[in-house]
Amino acid sequence: MRYSGLALLRGALTRHRHWPQAWRSPQPKAAYDIIIVGGGGHGLAAAYYLAKNHGITSVAVVERGWLGGGNTGRNTTVVRSNYLYPESARLYDFSLKLYEGLSRELNYNVMLSQRGHVMLAHTRHDLESIARWANAMHMNGIEAELLTRDEVGELIPALDLSPEARYPVLGGFMQRRGGTARHDAVAWAYARAADALGVDILQECEVTGFTRGPGGRVTGVETHRGPIKAERVGIAAAGHSSVLARLAGFRLPVTSYALQAMVTEPLKPRLDKVVISPGTGAYVSQSDKGEMVIGGSLDLFPSYAQRGSFAVLQSVVAATLALFPSFSRLRLLRQWAGIVDVVHDSSPIIGATPVPGLYINCGWGTGGFKAIPAGGWTFAHVLATGRNHELAEPFQLERFITGRLIDEAAASGIAH
Amino acid sequence: MMQLRCPWCGARDEHEFVCGGTTHIRRPDPSAGDVAWGEYLFFRDNPKGVHLERWRHAYGCGCWFNIARHTVTHEVLAVYGINELPPALSGVP
Repeated sequence: MRYSGLALLRGALTRHRHWPQAWRSPQPKAAYDIIIVGGGGHGLAAAYYLAKNHGITSVAVVERGWLGGGNTGRNTTVVRSNYLYPESARLYDFSLKLYEGLSRELNYNVMLSQRGHVMLAHTRHDLESIARWANAMHMNGIEAELLTRDEVGELIPALDLSPEARYPVLGGFMQRRGGTARHDAVAWAYARAADALGVDILQECEVTGFTRGPGGRVTGVETHRGPIKAERVGIAAAGHSSVLARLAGFRLPVTSYALQAMVTEPLKPRLDKVVISPGTGAYVSQSDKGEMVIGGSLDLFPSYAQRGSFAVLQSVVAATLALFPSFSRLRLLRQWAGIVDVVHDSSPIIGATPVPGLYINCGWGTGGFKAIPAGGWTFAHVLATGRNHELAEPFQLERFITGRLIDEAAASGIAH
Repeated sequence: MMQLRCPWCGARDEHEFVCGGTTHIRRPDPSAGDVAWGEYLFFRDNPKGVHLERWRHAYGCGCWFNIARHTVTHEVLAVYGINELPPALSGVP
């Protein structure tokens, strides 16, 4: 059914008994045209665009756990497209533009809030870096504003701007179209829309292997719920990409790290921008519920533990309080970590693998959430046609052999 | 908080250390070609399980050493010298 104000009103009058399940929980079929491994944002978006853009509805999304239970439900919900290089700017701005129309397109409120994304500069070198960065964005046709210290203060009154601050703020730059979106809603919206177009979403269905045919071509997947055949298989498993690649017999240029986030108890509106301070290692925004959503740097050693290290939590909290002393009495309500797939140039891989018929969407590292619509769109394109989408052409696995890296380590925002 | 046992200084908290990533990676011959060099520079096993890795006691004695650590439990199964080969461990290829 279509969600609308009228449907809500009808629900209010009938004790909300008319809401159907948002998507089915079907039994796996014996075969599909395309199987996508990973029911996070990227996998679900790819399934939706396969059906919507390419008319391929014999599609299954197989998910080990529950929808959006990985990094899609563990990020800090930030969307932005302030990247340095033209290849990245095109991809991420395409994503942000899709986000801008997503609630309407999917008939689901993803609560996109383009409140502005502010990057702080704490040193003279930071100021020079952000000037270069903002200029690069202008060259790529994406708006960016350099801010003086006073302008930062007007936008973010809660910030400690005193010269005595542990990390004095000297300026910053802002992408006004950056902001946040409800992360769970993005997964659910794509799931519901894909399901409505005939895609089967198979939760609690872990892939344990790949079946192979002549020439080593992938012919399907082995799962805990039995084998499922497919013409093509796509992997969209973020931090677990290497685990699946190993099952298929190849390696990736990926290292998995834990990336933490945490929220405080809710409070009244205090911060209406997304603030990131790469120098101190903290970024903060306030959710619609009023919680301060706080993220920081990676736990800088390989990990598949979705919990995060207390040492990093301490440094993130210390950095946050140095920026926002008034948050010091807030209690943390929850803390968690997602396992992110970091590659050497902090740019994604969207395309073919060494195994015929097997494709991969990974390498988003610490910034996959903002890229869900574009990742899904371009991944669907290569799965449907066997050819790379033009936006994804620079982001192929072979760049790690040719050396044509697209190094976005700085624009990925946090310490790697 | 994770603790690591520096061979020189003993058990210390993790924030005294810096992880140098996978250990025992052999540099290819300069003429080995792009594939071998790409593999050497970028491609990793990235196991969900026991990982052989090098660490440096950066905020202590400064020495490098090797450990075998489980990437899910973070349990340290062995600590050995930077020039030593890993001890035999179950779960290590």
